[in-house]
Amino acid sequence: MSASTVLKLPPQETADLPKKSYLNSEYGLKSWLLTRDHKRIAILYLFSTVFFFTIGGTAAAFIRLNLLTPGGELMAADTYNKLFSIHGIIMVFFFLVPIAPAVLGNFLIPLMIGAKDVAFPRLNLLSWYLFVTGGACELYAIIWGGMDTGWTFTTPLSTHYVNTHVIGAALGIFIAGFSSILTGVNFIVTIHRLRAPGMTWFRLPLFIWSFYATSIIFVLATPVIAIALVLIMMERTIGIGVFDPARGGDPLLFQHLFWFYSHPAVYVMILPGMGVISEVVACFSRKRVFGYTAVAFSSVAIAVFSFFVWAHHMFIMGISNYSALVFSLMTMLVAVPSAIKIFNWSSTMYKGSITFDTPMLYTFSFIGLFTMGGMTGVMLGCLGMDIHLTETYFIVAHFHYVMVGGMVSAFMAGLHFWWPKMTGRMYPEALGRLAASVLFIGFNLTFFPQFILGYMGMPRRYHAYPPEFQVLNVLSTAGASILAVGYLLPMLYLTWSLKYGKVAGSNPWRATGLEWQIQSPPLTENFLETPVVDFEAYDFEWLANKEKNEVQSVG
Amino acid sequence: MDSQAIAVPATKSEIVHEHSPHLEHHFATESQQREASNFGMWLFLLTEIMFFGGMFTAYLIYRIWYYPAFVAGSHWMIIWAGTLNTVVLICSSFTMAMGVHSAEIRNRKLLLRYLIATLLLGCVFLGIKAFEWHDEWEHHHVPGLNFSINEFTHVDPRYPLDKPLPRDMAEKTQDYFSLYFLLTGVHALHMLIGVSILLFIIFHAWRGAYTTGNMNFVENFGLYWHFVDIVWIFLFPLLYLISRHQ
Amino acid sequence: MHFISPVLWQFLVKWLSRLPLFPPEASSIAPYTDAFFFFLLLISIVGTGIVVLMVVSFSMLYRKEKNPEATQIEGSTLLEATWTIIPLALFMIAFVWGALLYFRIYNPPTNAMNIYIVGKQWMWKAEHPGGQHEINALHVPTGRPVQLTMISQDVFHSFSIPAFRVKREVIPGRYTTVWFEATQPGTYHLFCTQYCGTLHSQMIGEIVALTPDDYQKWTAGSTSGASLAQNGERLFASLGCASCHSGSPDAHGPSLAEVYGSKLQMANGSFVTVDDAFLRDTILNPTMHQVAGYAPIMPTYQGQVSEEGLISLVEYIKNLNSNYRVQQTLNTSQVQTVAPSAPATGQGVVKQ
Repeated sequence: MSASTVLKLPPQETADLPKKSYLNSEYGLKSWLLTRDHKRIAILYLFSTVFFFTIGGTAAAFIRLNLLTPGGELMAADTYNKLFSIHGIIMVFFFLVPIAPAVLGNFLIPLMIGAKDVAFPRLNLLSWYLFVTGGACELYAIIWGGMDTGWTFTTPLSTHYVNTHVIGAALGIFIAGFSSILTGVNFIVTIHRLRAPGMTWFRLPLFIWSFYATSIIFVLATPVIAIALVLIMMERTIGIGVFDPARGGDPLLFQHLFWFYSHPAVYVMILPGMGVISEVVACFSRKRVFGYTAVAFSSVAIAVFSFFVWAHHMFIMGISNYSALVFSLMTMLVAVPSAIKIFNWSSTMYKGSITFDTPMLYTFSFIGLFTMGGMTGVMLGCLGMDIHLTETYFIVAHFHYVMVGGMVSAFMAGLHFWWPKMTGRMYPEALGRLAASVLFIGFNLTFFPQFILGYMGMPRRYHAYPPEFQVLNVLSTAGASILAVGYLLPMLYLTWSLKYGKVAGSNPWRATGLEWQIQSPPLTENFLETPVVDFEAYDFEWLANKEKNEVQSVG
Repeated sequence: MDSQAIAVPATKSEIVHEHSPHLEHHFATESQQREASNFGMWLFLLTEIMFFGGMFTAYLIYRIWYYPAFVAGSHWMIIWAGTLNTVVLICSSFTMAMGVHSAEIRNRKLLLRYLIATLLLGCVFLGIKAFEWHDEWEHHHVPGLNFSINEFTHVDPRYPLDKPLPRDMAEKTQDYFSLYFLLTGVHALHMLIGVSILLFIIFHAWRGAYTTGNMNFVENFGLYWHFVDIVWIFLFPLLYLISRHQ
Repeated sequence: MHFISPVLWQFLVKWLSRLPLFPPEASSIAPYTDAFFFFLLLISIVGTGIVVLMVVSFSMLYRKEKNPEATQIEGSTLLEATWTIIPLALFMIAFVWGALLYFRIYNPPTNAMNIYIVGKQWMWKAEHPGGQHEINALHVPTGRPVQLTMISQDVFHSFSIPAFRVKREVIPGRYTTVWFEATQPGTYHLFCTQYCGTLHSQMIGEIVALTPDDYQKWTAGSTSGASLAQNGERLFASLGCASCHSGSPDAHGPSLAEVYGSKLQMANGSFVTVDDAFLRDTILNPTMHQVAGYAPIMPTYQGQVSEEGLISLVEYIKNLNSNYRVQQTLNTSQVQTVAPSAPATGQGVVKQ
């Protein structure tokens, strides 16, 4: 521990953008639409997922506007039902599930492990096309009238009792699911086989461990929802009767098949974010993550345990008391690795040297909001408590805390952290901090009142509600308007930074990690020579030594 | 600052292409590429197991609940067709394995012969399946489209020892046939996809693509074909052989 | 909540319910749910507090200006063990407490009075054994355990009474049950909490808890004519059940007197306790419930009788237990003094 980790380097402002990078190696629409470069594919995904985010967000805006008044006067009940269904489907399947793996994962995994690309670049491009095709199918279903079964497609409502575009919506998700499966396969093979020499498993950044765990879930869980959706489509078109009690079918079977995927899916929607947090906390504390092995194994433990808890979404649906016991116990167990991670990240800051740049602010947001969301998850996992709280706004608040307060904060942290690497430019720091703060305040104002509403008993998916719930609903909508600003700001200043942002140079954060040892933006082939790794992850001493001994040339 | 941690050769053209044209640039060696593509294929087959798994779960549950209906439904399967299909598929797996071996020993003619044999056997399977489905249609066993329980509520002349089912259990045969069509339909879809890819492979094999050292594609396709065969090995007893000893 | 002074507890609850921040505690189980909730809230606040404290204090103590050089620390197995075991222990306590509460809410006491609920898009129908029918409302007495036996006619619904802290899905194809004991007279919200289509948010109603005297007055005043059991008896005759279940020793079907609650041996050798779900399913799927010693000739009534009809039949069979009427009389205050001379109109008509 003799080498100092303090760096004194010439300022980066005098740097120039590198002449050749993956962005300008080829020009033209065809070079983007037929690219095999994982970085370009990540950018393609960024555009498509942000596009879907705005659609889902618009639906949310209308939902909250309708809930300003208890009578639901803003729109008809059918319209409202379609809006929350669309919000759920788009946000879950077309934004949260793909965003971190497809954008950050695609861009960074090869860079972090020292590879030139993912294992199957053409399959990677196919994944994007499958995603876009599924999205187009979904958009068709939405534009031609929408569907109103909720994102959970509960049978027999979805099979026999609505006449909206259920099949179109299910088909869109089915197609997009293959995108997830192929991405998962790609990542697992890449991480196993394409690591640079010397990059052993325990030298990998924790980001990679999280994405590896996510990919395991992609591969094992997604096919089950594929079959569940196929069964819905068959029941709706030909009426095979597999979920129809009048013909001996069991509607609860659909619930089991659906939640067998959808519960691990929520861990897909948080594990990548946790990977980002590991990286950001290490960099902005200038020290290695506390308890590397614990965090790494916790990621895999979360992925494995996530498969054993699905029926905690079904505690009151008539499953036997004894199976409810088992699933509640497993739910308590799956909460423990997440707790371990939170404590490890917090301890990383101990005796660190902390700066408060935008990614770190989003990280603080994550730690606070995910902990709250996670603890309310434990509350819901307790059987007796779930009886009162399930199907109310408490659930809505819980999952928004973990998914939006957790995942989206983490994604914003990652987007800001790696923005200079992806584009070669810095975003405006002051605006970044402002947006992070606005997001935190807006988020809490939107979703905290919903915990109270939930305990009071206000059910979810209600177009109109009893008047005594109005005050809290108005508070929630007010918060949503602030939250919207928190999302709009980055969209604006990040776009602005593409042309006017400061040139970042290869390592503006002085971070460890192979991705920071190459130019920003990277060359198409990432590394001209295969790197040889002889240092641990988050080895700030190695970094200090390297920077000290190198000849610096500016410009 | 634009420093590189890694040494940079002067121009990219100085990198000499000493490897075979099949090696993709992001792989260091051909063996790495082969292992990666193999691993990827095994992972994909794992996802297929999960996909079929959902259907097998539904089958398991309904068979336990409605066993008499499943027995009755299964007795209507054309046993010789199913057995023949099983033999056909096992043979096709054999010819496929021999094909992969031929590619390994770089024998183009032999490879073509085995691939075409596999293709023919696959088509025979699909043909017999189509015949069976037509038979189900004729007997009004297609759920949702023309299903009727008449044949289950009356004595089946082929199984005079079987009692006709009471109405409520006869209704449940629809669950059996739904799962039958679902399982065999998804399986047939996989066979169809396999046959299409096989056409593609035969074309390229004829051009010599797989006998010049890069047989990854054939090897991985072989894995896929064997998987589809194994799924059938499970489907056959579950669907055709319920309580056949009577 | 016995650890907290009752005065303090009352004050806390009353104060919280006055602001629109907390639902009223109107059932015997509600205080237990609330106590559990406060425990969970406490450990959440403590846990979040510890984390926030760590982050805030480390941010201040070790910010770059104050600590320009970071100390590389690999980890600490002791700390890992600590923050694994303590959360695990707390979660296990929560699990056990929650499981006990769950079993309490979903296992009714044996002397609970029974009310049937049929949910359909988009209304609730309540059927009292004495024949009272309610739509989107449910009158219950305070101080007596009430069990709800529920089924849906179409899609999934969920019967939720936040003030009682109970909720259960109401699904098609089989009965689900929940029980409660109202403690405070008053009117409380009834919500459908499982999304069921267009008018899901209109599928709401009122739970009216009345003192035992008021409840007696209400039942006497709202009797429609025939009790459920009497309707069941009519159906039993009109559907032809009596021809096989005549009760004579050489009948084709088993006698139904004293059958409810008993253990029957099935044709496949297993033993089954006869409850509501068994009765309903036997009427619809007799082949799955063949009783030992009888020929499997019972026809199915699927499609011929509605859920209300099934409820009436089940109630009739229950009443064939000689001590059932006595038990129910002790629990309910309904006593049908005059047998109807003509069949009641409407209810129990055989569905085409």
